Parts: sequence; structure tokens; C-alpha cells
Amino acid sequence: MSGAGLVLDGLTRRFGAAVALDGLSVRIADGGIVGLVGPDGAGKSTLMRLVAGLLRPDAGRVTLDGRDCATEAEALRTAIAYMPQSRGLWTDLSVIENLRLIADLRGVPAGERSARIERMLDSTGLAPFRDRLAGRLSGGMAQKAALACALIRPPRLVLLDEPSVGVDPISRRELWALVRELAGDGVPVLWSTAYLDEAERCDRVLLLDRGRLIGDGAPGDFTGALEDRCLRLTVARDRRLSAQARAARDPALVDAVLRGGHLDLVLAEDAPAPDAAALAPDDPQARIEPRAPRFEDAFVAALAAARRPAAPASSPAPSDDGPPRAGAPRPAARERDGGEALAVDRLVKRFGDFTAVDGVSFSVGRGEIFGLIGPNGAGKSTIFKMLCGLLPPSDGAARVAGIALRDSPAAARGRIGYMAQAFSLYGRLSVRRNLDFFAGAYGLPRAEARRRRDRALAEFGLAEVAGSRAGALPPGYRQRLSLAAALMHDPEILFLDEPTSGVDPPTRREFWLRIAAMADRGVTVMVTTHFLDEADYCDRLAVIYRGRLLALETPDALKAGAATAERPEPDVEDAFVALIEESDRRAAGGRSAA
Amino acid sequence: MSRAAARRLSALVGKESRQILRDPSSIAIAFVLPAILLFIFGYGVSLDAEGVPVAVVVEQPSPQADSLAAAFAGSPSFDPVYPLHRTPAQRLLRLGEVRAVVVVPASFEADLARGDAAVQVLLDGTDANTARIVSGYADGVLSGWLADLARERGARTAPVIEAESRIWFNPAVRSRNFLIPGLVAIVMTLTGALLTSLLVAREYDRGTIETLMATPAGVGEILAGKVVPTFLLGMASMGLSVAMAVWLFDVPLRGSFLVLAGASALFLTAALGLGLVISAATKDQFVAGQLAILVTFLPAFLLSGFIFNIDAMPPAIQAVSHLVAARYFIAIAQTVFLVGTEWSVILPNAAALAVMGVAFLGLARALLVKRLG
Repeated sequence: MSGAGLVLDGLTRRFGAAVALDGLSVRIADGGIVGLVGPDGAGKSTLMRLVAGLLRPDAGRVTLDGRDCATEAEALRTAIAYMPQSRGLWTDLSVIENLRLIADLRGVPAGERSARIERMLDSTGLAPFRDRLAGRLSGGMAQKAALACALIRPPRLVLLDEPSVGVDPISRRELWALVRELAGDGVPVLWSTAYLDEAERCDRVLLLDRGRLIGDGAPGDFTGALEDRCLRLTVARDRRLSAQARAARDPALVDAVLRGGHLDLVLAEDAPAPDAAALAPDDPQARIEPRAPRFEDAFVAALAAARRPAAPASSPAPSDDGPPRAGAPRPAARERDGGEALAVDRLVKRFGDFTAVDGVSFSVGRGEIFGLIGPNGAGKSTIFKMLCGLLPPSDGAARVAGIALRDSPAAARGRIGYMAQAFSLYGRLSVRRNLDFFAGAYGLPRAEARRRRDRALAEFGLAEVAGSRAGALPPGYRQRLSLAAALMHDPEILFLDEPTSGVDPPTRREFWLRIAAMADRGVTVMVTTHFLDEADYCDRLAVIYRGRLLALETPDALKAGAATAERPEPDVEDAFVALIEESDRRAAGGRSAA
Repeated sequence: MSRAAARRLSALVGKESRQILRDPSSIAIAFVLPAILLFIFGYGVSLDAEGVPVAVVVEQPSPQADSLAAAFAGSPSFDPVYPLHRTPAQRLLRLGEVRAVVVVPASFEADLARGDAAVQVLLDGTDANTARIVSGYADGVLSGWLADLARERGARTAPVIEAESRIWFNPAVRSRNFLIPGLVAIVMTLTGALLTSLLVAREYDRGTIETLMATPAGVGEILAGKVVPTFLLGMASMGLSVAMAVWLFDVPLRGSFLVLAGASALFLTAALGLGLVISAATKDQFVAGQLAILVTFLPAFLLSGFIFNIDAMPPAIQAVSHLVAARYFIAIAQTVFLVGTEWSVILPNAAALAVMGVAFLGLARALLVKRLG
């Protein structure tokens, strides 16, 4: 007997020449949530499918309580609850029909079926939506329904493949509580995720990279190891990119990332702390202080250590001096002069009798990175669409790049770039043809279009894939291509709608570095994001909830406002959740008072 | 079958049935498309010649010549015009405004008296099929007129031998009568193959195949869950087509309806099986849909004897047509509709259908393994 619990022994799986899992050995015996964390292509989904018996290993084996998951897959079906990345709900069946079907297929005893389903509906809060088609559920609700389906029969092991992708922070917290409640005592839950803040909430974390296990332990073990290695450089805003470039070249530092106004550094093992003056020689105010490590720091440090012999992680190669040449450089870079790039005044949007945006006002300075955050359905995308001239406001005024939107939306559209949430380029066209198309669509003269296309190919590291079909690119490349396409006409304001959804952490950081470089050149960046740890990259944040502006602050001020005795150092997500909860409380109080 | 398996199967059948009923496109494929096809073929497309435009030129009016010209107007097959000269008539033929030109020569009256009369018929051969039909009908009008003339004269100078043809099974020679039974096969190919080919592929497209495979449901159960409701839908679609054929288009149903239904069931099984094979092999809704049309619908249309006579095809194509299930069913359907329950035709064709059904279902079962990649 190879023992109780889930045992992976030298597990290897290849797809053609690519190695998805490379001799993985690990044992999971206790209950609790085990986070499976790693970048795209680390082998997370492959591991899930091997355990679920949907793939066969090329070498090694995986057993649950001594039974082989590949050869005894059928016998283990009812013991393993598996929720695929695609959720796997039948969108044309109602919530209750999905639950009944899975209950019947998984052999929930007929007498217990309705009681079990009711329990699931109650726990997930889906009872009022039982007759709604699964395809009409919001992202968060659909995820809960899929979870209820997976857990309809009490399992011995739970596999959740990226359950929180596309789910807003509030729903994500509920999902966590739900998994803890429903999984049952002593049942291990394997939860794969690309959200590093989620990893901190797991009982145990398995760090995967390129099919290998590069870390295994409690989240505290990971961050604990970095206790004295995390520093923060405070530096003038216009010096931060050059400081970042210097830090990236410093062998004593494994990571340097811009967050808010600061540069967060991670020291290599046993390396001495660098001097602030060495990183920012032209800023006498620059100073270095220690800071608390985050899981993300541990993740990057572990990745760097695992990949050291090979090429460095996918962050852009630093140029010889100055910031990486990213973004939309124009001969004379626009100055970050504090002028106004965009302003909205009591903006309102109604759809029938539903008010999606309810009197929102703010203004954004030139060269600012401005984040709109809020749960699904808060009105972020509606504000975005109005500012892009895609949706006429019901009331109020908006000025974009000095042009009143009401008077000439088309003229305003010519001055902005828009990068949609979904990959919205032509998947069957080559990278080069996609860029040509966008240059043509913006009406650039032919010679100019060619020049900008070639420049974009070089700047965004796309030259090597210029002839490849856009649809066949890995996510990181696709994202760079989307950004390059949105910048072909050299816009003054760039709108990014959930730009980093579904992109792994290293690619996300590289992306933000480009955004920061662009902002330094005077391009104004408007962004929505679900990754609240990313909200730290913004200069200012507007928290939108139920169509209203709840707060408009710098990330630091937002965090400071949420500090309490039991949580002295909240992160942006804590602050965000506190704001939303307070707003809900006030709304409830208002109702009961009335 | 264990009780758990029976419960799984009934859950799967229920699921598929709901999905089919909720998907307007499956209802359209099963009921709207057949109705449209039947209307087009029943009313629009006809291989009969009726009211064919012809030009009749009488070069020298005379009682006999005028009577012959009038005979064309009297025939339901023709819709004649009467230009005065050959030249404008030939121009009409060139423009395609008439299909044939009949010239009654100036010497017709005299020639007829001598017993040696000839009439020139110029045919538009661009559409060879119509040209042949028009030629035959023109001959018919001429010989009819001659016979009338002979009767009138009471003379015994009638043509030497007269073939007395009787057309069996379809005395009115209505092409509708053999097209519509064939159309029932086309319609069922659509419901069977097109609908099923989308079903499995859809589970892959939406990622629900992983949910299904992670349950104890076996591949056979998953397939059966899909086959049962589509089979019922296909039979309903067949019933609709037959009802329209009999009551709307007056196609006679001479054989037994039960025999027709039985053959339909066999044919549908083969069509469903092929749809499942396509679906399981492509795992992509779009490709599956395209492929289903290419390998089931088009061959059923072209290589089944529905419109084009298989015996007239080159031997290589005839060989290929043996792989087309619709061919066997159309043979049965045309026989049962027009001839009657003729077992010597029905049995061999039904056996071929049964073999194909079993083969396709087995292949689909083999292709759909409970594993991904």
C-alpha cells in the first residue's frame, strides 16, 4: 500500500515534445486547502486531470488511498469531486436541473437527493435562482453553482481548477468560505490559482513551474523565508523607472517591482542591502526601508531560483540606460504636466429603469494611471464604454482629451486607445497583418503605418512571431499584441478593460512595467482590474459600487483608511471589501430606518 | 443494467431532451427545414415539362396546318406562341424565350395529301434533359394529331405499328411522386446526422465533457443519452414529412406505413451513428457541422438515386454510392410509397442499413474514450 491520501510518485506527462509534468512527487494526506500555484504552462491543469483520471501519466503514478487514479479511474469517480476550469455547467439547463443531473450521475442515493440539493442551494445562496438557466448566472454565481455540482456527493478529494478566474473579490471571498464549509472535515481540496493573494489563504501551497515542484509548505513558510530580504525604495515618481532598470541589473536583487509610488525590492539570499543612492543617484530624497514580505515576493524569488541556470524570467531585458523602451514613444514625449486628460461630471447611465451609473464625477491628470475597481456589475465597464464614446450618457458631461464627448464622440475616439477584456484581434491573421489592419482602421497613411508597425513589432518583442497566427500565440504574447494594436495610432489616453485577466503573474508584471513607462511619457492610462494587488500599480483608484463612486484615493490612502486594531496593515483588497461592506451596511440601515 | 446505470441513463436522456427542446435550432432542423424542403420540392422543383414555351411557325396557313398548330395550344405540356416567320422564331429560341420551334412548312398541305408530310422541330439543347422531354412531348402531339386526322377521315392509312405504353406505379408520370419519398430520406439525414454531430461536439466546445467524464457515467450511457431523444425527434420529423407527402402533395402510399417506419428507424440509426462518429472525431461544433453536411447531406442528395439515377453513373461513383446509407433507404421508400410492400426490395436494403447502423455506432463508441488527449 502506498498509503492514505493522495500520493503522486514521479508523475510525468508529456504532450508531444512538451513536458507538462516532470517527475512530480508529493503526498497530500490531511484535509484543508492545498493551493496549486504557478505561471501558465506550469502543469496545474494537467495535474488535476491526471488525478481525476481524465489523462494517463506517461511515467510514475498517482494514487488515492492506495488506488491508482489511472487504472481504477472508474472506481474513484464518486470519490473525487472535480470542477474543471471551464466550470462545466450546462448553460441551457437551470441551476436545479444541473444539480439533479449531476446528483443522478454521481449516484447520490435517490432518497437523499432533494435534501442534498436543498442544502447546496442554501449554502451557496442560490436558492432564489434555482430555476434560472446556468448561462444567465453572473460569474460568481456560476462558480458557486459549479462548486455545488462538484460537491453534491460528499467526496474523498476535491479538485478545483482555477475556480476564481473572472470572479470579483467579494464573490471570491464567499467562494473560499463555501469551499471550507462544504468540503467536509479531513477532505483535501486541491485549488489551483494564478491569484497570488489567494495562495496566502491556503493551508499549504505547492509551487509549480514548468512541470516541477519548486516549493511546498505553508504560506507563512514561504514569506517567512524572505523576512529580512524585502525592502521598499521610496523615490520620486519620474525617477522610479530608471531606478527599476538599475535594480533589475543588480545581481544582489532578485526582484524589483513598481507598486504605487514605491519600488518594492527582494534581495538575493545572503546579499547585502543596496544603497538608495546607487539605485537613484539623482534623487537625494530616495530612501530604502524594510517591508513585510508578500506571497508574490516569495513566488518570484522561488521562480528566479528555479530558473536561474536558464534565461531570466520573462521580464523585459533592461536597456543600457533609462527605462525599457516600451509604450508609444513619440518624437517629443508628452510631458506629465498635471494638465487634465479626462473629466466626467455627474455622469449618469440608465438602461430602462435600471441606473447603471449614478452621478459619477472625477478628473484624471495627464500621464496618470487611474484605476476603476468594483465588483462585477458595479458599473465600471459602463463608465468605460461611455468614455470611449461607445455608449451615449443619459445625463451629465464628459470631456476626453479636451473634447466634449456629447458633441463629437468620433473625434474623441480618434484620441484614445482601447484594449478590450477578451482577446479581440483576428486570431486567424498573422501578428503583422493584425497590426496592419489596426493601422489601416485608424486611417494612418501607408508609409507611416508600416513604420509604426515595424516599431511596434520591435518594441513589444513581437518580431520573432510576426508571421505567426495571432490566435496561436501564448497568452503573454497575445496580450502584448493587443496592447500594441491599441497603441498603433499613438493615443493620448489608453483604456484597459481587465487587461491582465487570465495572464500569469510574471507576464502581468512585465505588462505593468510597460504601462508605467507609457505613463512616464505622458500617456494617460485608465484601467479596470479584478486583481486588487495590482491596484497598487495605479496612481489613484476610484472604487465604484452600484453605479456610485465610493472612494477616490491613492492606494496608500485607501489602505490607511481601512486600518483597524486587528488589521494594522490592510492590503487594497481588505480596504476594498471594508468599503463595500460599509456601503451595504449603510444601505441596509437606511432601509430599516425608513 | 444495474439500477444506478438505469438512473444515470434516464437522467442523461432527460438532460438531452431538455437541451434539444430548448434549442430553437434543433427544432428548426427537425421540423422547419423538412417543411421548407418539402415545399420547395413539392411545388417548386419539378422534372415534368408543363407549359413549356414553344414557337409554332405556320409558313402557309391552311386548314390542316392551322389545326396542327392549334393542337400544340391544346396540349397542357406546351404554351405556344405563333410568330409569322421562321426568323423571329429562331431569335426567340436563341434568346431562350422558347424551348423549341416547330415549323409547319409551306408545302405541308400538299405533302400531307401525298402521305409524306414532315414538320421541323428545333430544340434548345442547352438543357439536354428538358430537350429530350420536349422532343418526346412534341412527338406525342404530332402522333395524336395524326391519329385524330385518320379517325376523321375514317381511312385505314394509320401508322403501321403503334406502341401502346402504360406507365405503372406513377401513371401521371409526376416527378413529385418519386422525389418526395426520396426527400424523406434527405430530411432524416439532416435531423439524424446534423443534429447528432453537433451534440457531442458541443460538450467539448463548452467544456462540459469534463464534467460528464468525471462522473461514473460510461461512454455507452453518454452516447445512448444522446441517441434516444434525437432518434425520437428524427422519427417525428419523418412522420411530418410522410404526412405532408400523403396529404399535401397527394403522393400515394401504397405499401405499409409500419414497414416504412421500420425502415426509417434503421436508416435513422445509421444516420445518427454517422453523426456521432463525426462529432467524436472532430470535437468541434463548427467543423462537425460542416463535415456533417459534406459527408452526409450532399451524398444523400447526389449519390443516393434521389434525383440522379445511380445506374447511369460511372462505375467508380456507383461503387461509392454503396457507402451512402440514404441510397438503401430511398430504394425502400420509393418502393413502399409507389409500388407497395415488396419484400424482395425491402429486405436486402434494410439489411444494408442495419449493418451500417451497427458499424457507425460501434465506431463512435470506440472513438469516444473516457479520457482527454
